[in-house]
Amino acid sequence: MRGKNNRKSVSYAKWGYIFIIPFFVVYAIFTLYPQILTFYNSFFENYREGLTQIGPNFVGFDNYIKLFTTSTDGMIDIVKYFSNTMIMWIIGALPQFAIALLLALIFTSTRLKLKGQGFAKTVIYMPNLIMASAFSMLFFSLFSTVGPINQILLANGILDKAVDFIAFKVPARLLVALMNFLMWFGNTTIVLMAGIMGIDESLFESARIDGASSGHVFKDITLPLLRPILVYAAITSLIGGLQMFDVPQVLSKGIGMPNRTTFTVVMLLNNYLSGSKNYGMAGAVSVILFIITGILSIIVFKVLQKKED
Amino acid sequence: MDDNKKAAAKLILTRFMAYVFVFFFCALCIFFFYLLFISASKTNFQLQGKFSFLPGSNFITNFKNAIDDTMINIPVGMMNSFIVASISAILTTYFSALTAYATYVYDFKLKKYVTTFIIAVMMIPPQVSAAGFVQLAFKYNLTNKLWMLIVPSIAAPAVYFYMKQYLEATLQIEMVEAARIDGSSEFAIFNRIVLPIMKPAVAVQMIFSFVASWNNFFMPGLLLTKAEKKTVPIMISQLRSADFAKFDLGKMYMLILLAILPVMVVYLFLSKFIIKGVTSGSVKG
Repeated sequence: MRGKNNRKSVSYAKWGYIFIIPFFVVYAIFTLYPQILTFYNSFFENYREGLTQIGPNFVGFDNYIKLFTTSTDGMIDIVKYFSNTMIMWIIGALPQFAIALLLALIFTSTRLKLKGQGFAKTVIYMPNLIMASAFSMLFFSLFSTVGPINQILLANGILDKAVDFIAFKVPARLLVALMNFLMWFGNTTIVLMAGIMGIDESLFESARIDGASSGHVFKDITLPLLRPILVYAAITSLIGGLQMFDVPQVLSKGIGMPNRTTFTVVMLLNNYLSGSKNYGMAGAVSVILFIITGILSIIVFKVLQKKED
Repeated sequence: MDDNKKAAAKLILTRFMAYVFVFFFCALCIFFFYLLFISASKTNFQLQGKFSFLPGSNFITNFKNAIDDTMINIPVGMMNSFIVASISAILTTYFSALTAYATYVYDFKLKKYVTTFIIAVMMIPPQVSAAGFVQLAFKYNLTNKLWMLIVPSIAAPAVYFYMKQYLEATLQIEMVEAARIDGSSEFAIFNRIVLPIMKPAVAVQMIFSFVASWNNFFMPGLLLTKAEKKTVPIMISQLRSADFAKFDLGKMYMLILLAILPVMVVYLFLSKFIIKGVTSGSVKG
């Protein structure tokens, strides 16, 4: 009997392999191989100048050295682009998490019992599904010198002359951050709500019986138990932030104006791939992106493992 | 008694403040869409004149102008986007479900490695393989081919992960065994028994991958250079380079509205379902 069963499960094992073939064949051809090629290319000089193809010539770590040395025209400056990306991410992410946490607490509060929650959640999640490039184009038009925002501010006498918001570093970065905030705070609210609702209700119950204030309950029960989900959400947001592209690309017409202060790491990658087809430098940027994301992902993994223990 | 009254008054005040807080952020989200909507209904003249919060009278004309624009062929773009997004959504959910099923139900030697591998590569940003992908596409003359954006969606690690968790929570192995006794083939068991059980998960992931694909800008922007192959996000980004002294602003707002409308319509009907999907995807187990 046992022997028969064994033979049976061996014959089924074949189906396991057959069913994963499409996934792995496609992954190997369309993701893994291009990825290896990307890494390989990062050690070669390989680009087009006008109509002439330069390389591929093996250059070792030259592309990486070049990437981290500010070029004379200021074009190549990955440290600056990385900090641009992080600054714009953090200006959006701080309010995103603070407000999402507050909203999640409000929505899950058994004391407040707010009405119209379903509608509110529907509205705040909506921007998350909007095409980022269209959202950015909308903001560009709304905040342009002839756009409605300037018209409103002028009509109310707040401004006495139309302001070209994206021509200045601070408002341009704030606009990118505002869009990221609007697109993501609803998502974070829903994620944190799920986390809060996952906390054992009896913990809140007994705290209330012991006469703990709502501030204490938040500090001593909700926050510590929510920490893994908060860390998880924060790091996935950071990984997403590193890939920031659509919004600043459209808003700044791909040049990161003013003076490349809204230029991001992925915009640099896009620049290398669209114009000069500089696969060497694009490869080096990709490897850096891969390493940073890898480190962050390991942290996420560790956090999730701790949660399971 | 006095304390009770105080507590009740405090609760009313807190509740009021909570309503104001929630209302503010809802209003903020709606505000920008309202501005888009009213702007898409105004004439170019109305848009450049004094601002009004009321809609204009030019909605239909703007719509016609947007559809007929010669620089940006939005109907073609929407068609291309729809082809890529809908086929991608079907492929990505079907094959992710199939792969998840394979690594859940069958015992095979490499199973553990397969699962670990997919989860390990899940976090790698798609941009990391972009350089090699673009290089190969140009080398083998595969630019301006929509299928180049569709086929890679067969291997979607994050969707696989979601499907696997769903299977672990819902599928009983006994059902598969019972079907085997009835003489069903392994492939038929997946298609006729497992897939229907997974319907909610498949539907959620179909919506999310459709939306992600519809909105995708980076890779299509690098591969699609011919006007008749461009997808909506590329066309929208082209608007940014338009000469605004000459370009009809009403038409421009209408084009933006058209770009986001399909997703908005789907969302209006399925918002409860979609939000539930976000919740289940974010929390393990």
